[in-house]
Amino acid sequence: MKFSEEFETRFAEMVPHYPTKRSALVPTLLYAQDEIGFLSDEVIAEIASRLDLTELEVRNVISYYSMLTTKPRGKFNVQVCTNISCMVRGGEEILHHCANKLGIGHKQTTADDLFTLEEVECIGACSWAPAAQVNYDFHENLTPEKMDRILDEYRKKGTQ
Amino acid sequence: MASLVSHPDEVKVVSRRFGQGAANLDRYLELDGYNAVRKALAMEPDAIINEVKNSSLRGRGGAGFSAGMKWSFVPKQSAKPKYVLCNGDESEPGTCKDRLIFEHDPHSVIEGVVIAGLAVGATSGYIYIRGEYRYLSIIMQKAIRDAYARGFLGKNIFGSGRNFDAYWHGGAGAYEVGEESALMESLEGKRGIPRIRPPFPAVVGLWGGPTVINNAETLASVPHIILGGADWYAKLGPPKNGGTRLFCLSGNLAKPGVYELPMGYNLKKMIYEVGGGIPNGRKLKAVVPGGSSTPCLTADEIDINMDFDSVAKAGSMLGSGGVVVLDDAQCIVKFALRTMKFYQHESCGWCIPCREGTDWLKKTLTRFHAGGGLKKDIDNMQYLAENMLGRTFCPLGDAAAMPTIGFINKFRKEFEDHLEGRPCPYEKEGVIDHLPVLAH
Repeated sequence: MKFSEEFETRFAEMVPHYPTKRSALVPTLLYAQDEIGFLSDEVIAEIASRLDLTELEVRNVISYYSMLTTKPRGKFNVQVCTNISCMVRGGEEILHHCANKLGIGHKQTTADDLFTLEEVECIGACSWAPAAQVNYDFHENLTPEKMDRILDEYRKKGTQ
Repeated sequence: MASLVSHPDEVKVVSRRFGQGAANLDRYLELDGYNAVRKALAMEPDAIINEVKNSSLRGRGGAGFSAGMKWSFVPKQSAKPKYVLCNGDESEPGTCKDRLIFEHDPHSVIEGVVIAGLAVGATSGYIYIRGEYRYLSIIMQKAIRDAYARGFLGKNIFGSGRNFDAYWHGGAGAYEVGEESALMESLEGKRGIPRIRPPFPAVVGLWGGPTVINNAETLASVPHIILGGADWYAKLGPPKNGGTRLFCLSGNLAKPGVYELPMGYNLKKMIYEVGGGIPNGRKLKAVVPGGSSTPCLTADEIDINMDFDSVAKAGSMLGSGGVVVLDDAQCIVKFALRTMKFYQHESCGWCIPCREGTDWLKKTLTRFHAGGGLKKDIDNMQYLAENMLGRTFCPLGDAAAMPTIGFINKFRKEFEDHLEGRPCPYEKEGVIDHLPVLAH
């Protein structure tokens, strides 16, 4: 199992911040996922051994956090918020629009592995609703037309 | 990057440095940065605590507990190390204020953490930021590194002979982790399930050590109190409700945004003047005054002052400062359903009344909204919600139950309009069948 140098530097820096090793678990899992794309069996075994945990203990934590996944996702994870502030300003419409445009539903991935669509809970963009995150990037004050342009941009970026 | 707004009624304290490039340490120093820590280093710990107590700063995360009081509960002597924990897991629907603090003024949070540490005798602090806020984690990590590089953190800070370490910590998506005991579990690398209290975190917290946990906005307010004085801060708001508040205006408003207004600012004015009123010729139907967990207020109930005590008197809560405005095109049943779907998704399942209650309420509301509601469902939902109150380890159960009770009490007629096979009167015909299968 090989992670990038950046991951290793970050990991080495982070572990001594805590009196117990396992305290580094949640951020480490997210950084590992960002690199590998999902938390594979191999990643789980590696992180468990580094933090002196059993694989079961790691899986137990993974299943709690909504951002962590043990299944591969598309290159761009389109996360549309439909929680209250977004809902009253058309968040559901944005979600529908993405579903129609990409031809996929909640937590599904396009055949070219470019996009995964996810309906998510509040992402903290309430005053700029409706909003979505593509991977970690926020896109706010959305309209279906604006969403089209955003998805086209990512498609271009992903196929170059 | 979230856009900034302004209004003449704003009183900028926490947002004073927004839009001024203060994430850069040099710029921060030009804007009075780190002077509060310097001042606090010359103060006795009890004097710091008293200053914060006298400022009547109350918890900005939602509970509204006196910050200074919380600090005073930390035992003076402790065999285990003491810690400061900044709660930046901002996830209450309607709330997007800590985001701006982390983006525009990250050093003010670090300062608040250090001052809290000096007050309670802790020598390390953690700043927990939700996983979705990756760009803010990057900003915060840089701010911490910069502060270390200048000797503002680490050994012998500001040449005072005192040590203080501050660290960033990241989440990975979980509303419940915003609850203080679940937050500690998460930081310790576990599922974010709540701990039973007592003992309270101030006595037994992170890794068993006494821990002060405050919301990011609370901590970011502390340096301003130290520099401006408790009296000045307290007088910005009404008695026992010191200072200002970042109000996150969202929903059906002409000018949504995060505005810093004095505590006790009138809600009606906030909606119609600051927020620009209800657009598209619509009328106000309801307001959720303090994030999704707070009971709604009807259009007739909004002539109130937005401070902890006045909103409580009006039967709701000031909560996290998330003011969600609904116009008359919104269906309350659907709104209640979406709120409940959220709590059902976020319930960790540790306490049965919350795990089963949220699921049952979600199922009933789903059926109800689709036209399959029975008259007895309305009373059943209310009964169920009332029986969740106070029966869980953490307040998530209450947070799910309270708004539901509010919606039913205040908008019973709208629930009745959905009865006996009538489809939702607010949805266009045929829409119900095609409504998305909402998350999870």
